[in-house]
Amino acid sequence: MRAIEVEALTRNFGDFTAVDAVSFNVEEGEIFGFLGPNGAGKTTTINMLCTLMRPTSGRASVNGHDVAREQSAVRRAIGLIFQDTTLDEQLTGMENLRFHAMLYDVPRQDFERRSAALLEMVDLTEKARDQVQQYSGGMKRRLEIARGLLHHPRVLFLDEPTIGLDPQTRRLIWDYLRALRDREEITMFMTTHYMEEAENCDRIAIIDHGEVIALDTPEGLKSLVGGDIVTVRTADNDQASLKLQRAFQVEPRMGPDGQLIIETGGGEQFIPQMMTTLSNGEAPIDVQSVNLRRPTLEDVFIKLTGHAIREEEADSKERMRQRGRMFGRR
Amino acid sequence: MIDSFRINLKGAYTIWYRDVLRFVRNRARIVASFGQPLLFLFVFGVGMAPAMSGLGQGSLDFTQFLFPGILGMAVLFTAVFSAVSIVWDREFGFLKEVMVAPVSRTAVALGKVAGGSTVAMFQGALILLLAPFVGVRLTLAQVVVILGLMLLLAAVMSSFGILVASRQRTMEGFQFIMQFLLLPMFFLSGAFFPIRDVPLWMEWLARIDPVSYGVDPLRQVVLRETIPAAALEAISLHPIATDVALMALFGVAFLLPAVWLFGRQD
Repeated sequence: MRAIEVEALTRNFGDFTAVDAVSFNVEEGEIFGFLGPNGAGKTTTINMLCTLMRPTSGRASVNGHDVAREQSAVRRAIGLIFQDTTLDEQLTGMENLRFHAMLYDVPRQDFERRSAALLEMVDLTEKARDQVQQYSGGMKRRLEIARGLLHHPRVLFLDEPTIGLDPQTRRLIWDYLRALRDREEITMFMTTHYMEEAENCDRIAIIDHGEVIALDTPEGLKSLVGGDIVTVRTADNDQASLKLQRAFQVEPRMGPDGQLIIETGGGEQFIPQMMTTLSNGEAPIDVQSVNLRRPTLEDVFIKLTGHAIREEEADSKERMRQRGRMFGRR
Repeated sequence: MIDSFRINLKGAYTIWYRDVLRFVRNRARIVASFGQPLLFLFVFGVGMAPAMSGLGQGSLDFTQFLFPGILGMAVLFTAVFSAVSIVWDREFGFLKEVMVAPVSRTAVALGKVAGGSTVAMFQGALILLLAPFVGVRLTLAQVVVILGLMLLLAAVMSSFGILVASRQRTMEGFQFIMQFLLLPMFFLSGAFFPIRDVPLWMEWLARIDPVSYGVDPLRQVVLRETIPAAALEAISLHPIATDVALMALFGVAFLLPAVWLFGRQD
């Protein structure tokens, strides 16, 4: 049995197709990432998998239970860490855990043992009796991870687990998650629009406009981009592009910030040749900057979709969320 | 079967307990919640008193008339706000975590109605402590009945709040609800002025206003030991049993669709 099986899963909102016939499987014990820009359909997919939303068509099962027909069984088998904190900030960390245990009917003795161990794991034992409103963003996230695991879920869903956290805290959260996977034999399904974060996954599905456009290991995805990435900024990108195509049989792409992106093997040798080509001939082209690097998932994304992952415009829900952040949410 | 009933009951209890715990813990809010009633009783009430001197055949001070209305106001607004807070709570708060727990939506809605009702009753009970300051005399028996009436009104209005909030996904419609439903319901309830000798249209609007059936019996019970029976009769609308029966009917009429709508999956 696979941890998650998804077949032609679709969700429409009126005329808009948020998730379009998506299919994939997640093996047990895997860390599976859903990478894509805001509005690509990541959260809608997660909402369908965790029974918060009904699929328009297609089917999905989690831990062997159909998400449309066996909701209770699915809910018992999963833990969730949402994009926005769902802790009650007026309660203490321990009370938040206890309420969770009540909702999931975790026996008292099991709760005592389990909560102590989990608080230890996320380094919050000392803070368990404090009100959550006194916690930092990272501490809240850690408490939510502990809470999501309290009822021994088989599959843990994480929707943008490190959004809004600083890089150091983000690394720390990942240390916890990796330790967790080793210890609990748990499957993790996460969404993210951070490229660096996706690198931590065993496999990644790239999603854009509601469709899965690639699915592989991070290394496999990067190998879709041939060799090195050279980016160059010139006075006349169109002319430069033509010149380079003729001289090297490469196909430069326009980058998101007005630079040319060239995939090539042996970038170190390519750059001096490129410089010579551009500055020679009848119409020399001014080169403003040059950069060489190994391909990242961002490059894969740009290659596959033709655009960079960027923040979308705020919809009404996003405005509500921002207002919540501004007022520190009750 | 039995087990799922037990789990749902425990879920509803958890949601109720959380609302009560939050209320008890938030001391600042409890103190602040006295502000508005004090303003209504001792500024609005005292200021209006000379103009309203004919009330209850002249035996009733306007602040005394107002007092049960203020109880109703505290209950009404606390109950509705607490219920409507599920919009926020479901998208971004604790309730979202409840929605993915193995607890039925019906249990969640009922737990929320119970929590909102209890908190609103507590709020009313706090205002009741002001009774001596407006010269209203209360016996223990009266207090028990008043608490019961406040709990009933709170349950009706919590159900109303859930009904209004059940299909809403953002707080943007909330202003609309306030302006076009909640304030009219409050003004037509008889809390500020007696719904007697008013134009016919107002009398009829008051009759379909559930809050009027909450304020009317509250006034009759609260002022029972303070003013003569004839004077009380002159400002009352219906027999208490009628009020209670109609409130119960409104409660059921709000609660059933509220639970149904809340339970529908997106």
